[in-house]
Amino acid sequence: MRLRDRAARSLLLCAAAIAVAPALAAEAPRFGQPISPGDLASWDISVGPDGAGLPPGRGTPKEGEAVYAAKCQACHGEKGVGRPNDTLVGGFGTIASDRPAVKTVGSYWPYATTLFDYIRRAMPYNDTKSLSADEVYAVSAYILNLNGVIGANDAMDAQSLPKVKMPNRDGFIPFPR
Amino acid sequence: MDKGRQNEQSSEYAAGNGIVNRRGFLERALFAGATGAAGAGTGVTTAWAEPLAVPRWMTEPGAALSAYGQPSRFERKVMRTGVPAPNPATHGIGSIRTPLHLLNGMITPNGLHFDRSHSGTPDIDPDQHRLLIHGLVKRPLVFTMEALARYPMESRIAFVECAGNSGALNTIQAQPGNAQSIHGLVSCAEWTGVRLATLLDEAGVEPRAKWVVAEGADAAAMSRSVPLAKCMDDALVCLYQNGERVRPSNGYPIRLLLPGFEGNMNVKWLRRLKLTEAPVMTKDKTSRYTVLLPDGKAWQFVFPMEVKSVITQPSPGLTLKGPGFYEIAGLAWSGNGRIRQVEVSADGGKSFAPAALQEPVLGKALTRFRIAWQWNGSPAVLQSRATDEAGMVQPTRAQFVAQRGLRAQYHYNAIASWRIDDKGEASNAFA
Repeated sequence: MRLRDRAARSLLLCAAAIAVAPALAAEAPRFGQPISPGDLASWDISVGPDGAGLPPGRGTPKEGEAVYAAKCQACHGEKGVGRPNDTLVGGFGTIASDRPAVKTVGSYWPYATTLFDYIRRAMPYNDTKSLSADEVYAVSAYILNLNGVIGANDAMDAQSLPKVKMPNRDGFIPFPR
Repeated sequence: MDKGRQNEQSSEYAAGNGIVNRRGFLERALFAGATGAAGAGTGVTTAWAEPLAVPRWMTEPGAALSAYGQPSRFERKVMRTGVPAPNPATHGIGSIRTPLHLLNGMITPNGLHFDRSHSGTPDIDPDQHRLLIHGLVKRPLVFTMEALARYPMESRIAFVECAGNSGALNTIQAQPGNAQSIHGLVSCAEWTGVRLATLLDEAGVEPRAKWVVAEGADAAAMSRSVPLAKCMDDALVCLYQNGERVRPSNGYPIRLLLPGFEGNMNVKWLRRLKLTEAPVMTKDKTSRYTVLLPDGKAWQFVFPMEVKSVITQPSPGLTLKGPGFYEIAGLAWSGNGRIRQVEVSADGGKSFAPAALQEPVLGKALTRFRIAWQWNGSPAVLQSRATDEAGMVQPTRAQFVAQRGLRAQYHYNAIASWRIDDKGEASNAFA
């Protein structure tokens, strides 16, 4: 009985509180703060296979060779042969074979834009996002040239990189389920 | 042996080589209890030979209260293990695995949840961390962690499995390994956070948007494209893992949870979500996490981790102590929903019997299964075969290899085998 009395009294108090409180319309929580395109630009580092998101700048295989020797070779080996880290060059003919698949930029990657995107965001390992756009274009060009995908004098920039036809471009099929 | 005895035996066993019929086992235990007889062949029949002593820890006070509890010092072997990085200069690349064979139940303790990282674990100050939603939205938005914590939250128990889990079975001959080293890239936790759909609705998704690039705040800014439909379905932006804030190696202060999808897509240290019309084809969606088939073509966009199971006890390292009763226990899971059935074999797949599924059986979570086994002391091959609610059944190894070859590397989900030798030692086997 006492419990029930107490409950009834609380209900009355609540009703009183509602009566005197200013009416507040129920609303969905909205705690995101609007941000302008200019203010988020430095975070938007995605590059699509159509080249969307590629910045101004350019680089050639020759220029990339110097960047590679200074910043990449210690982990990826001379001319991208690999060891101790991933092999970047070669592996042609191993993908459709009985041999172990050697998946490199040249033998496996379907889009050249992925190379720019990945180097810019994740390399060099100990100092990521430190390369200039020119350096990223150059080292991308160097790796593509080592794979025989582009010529020794082909400069890579926002227009040319998405047009590069990768050897394994048609090597992927959708998961059937 | 008379005819009656034979009949009794056949009703006790549900499958070959000693898999015990659950009901028969329970009835026999009850009967043994009622008559005071020792259970036949249980092995625990030797009488205790000395008076019981009062241990030291009952005669002196224990340790002081501690601010954050730790496992017993006698459990120090229960650790994550991994293969050392091939290049010490890039030690943040790699994975460390859950000791599945030393745990029980369905939940992985936070300190033992597996960790696969591409550039080490960042040390993120939550006050400085931001989540950005932009791209094909009406209003690009930035969220502080304080702001995210104000949204209605929900919890779900879900497994996360690396697409490379069990990849060690992509060999011609079975290599040495145990449940941890072969299958330990799967864990299960209660994840709590904000529905991603709530945040995307607030930003206002443009009709053209079909994909969401999710990016982490680690040094590699690891990123993947996720179908928008998944983001609007059951995706969570998680702040909590098993009740406490997400551990750094699992994405502190926030991670994306895409229940049932391959681990790599459950982006840790989530900092950015960009809505796009088409996938951006990141490194991890092209050069990694595609499934190479024998003809040289590779499946792309293989998202759900398909139905799978593994026997955790007994398993390599847990040597049987002589013939008698053992519980075979393990874990089953499917990225497509609930586990409907797990069958267990002790004769290398010749005969199977359904195991008991431990409640709760939740969709896209680890499910614990158990069955009784009477080991006769001779060699045996243990297997488990899971079926999910979509009707998908784990393939045999032969079926799996015939379709995908041995170079697929990712998404291995064939039936796994442990060989038990006559000394009771278990080893990885292909049967």
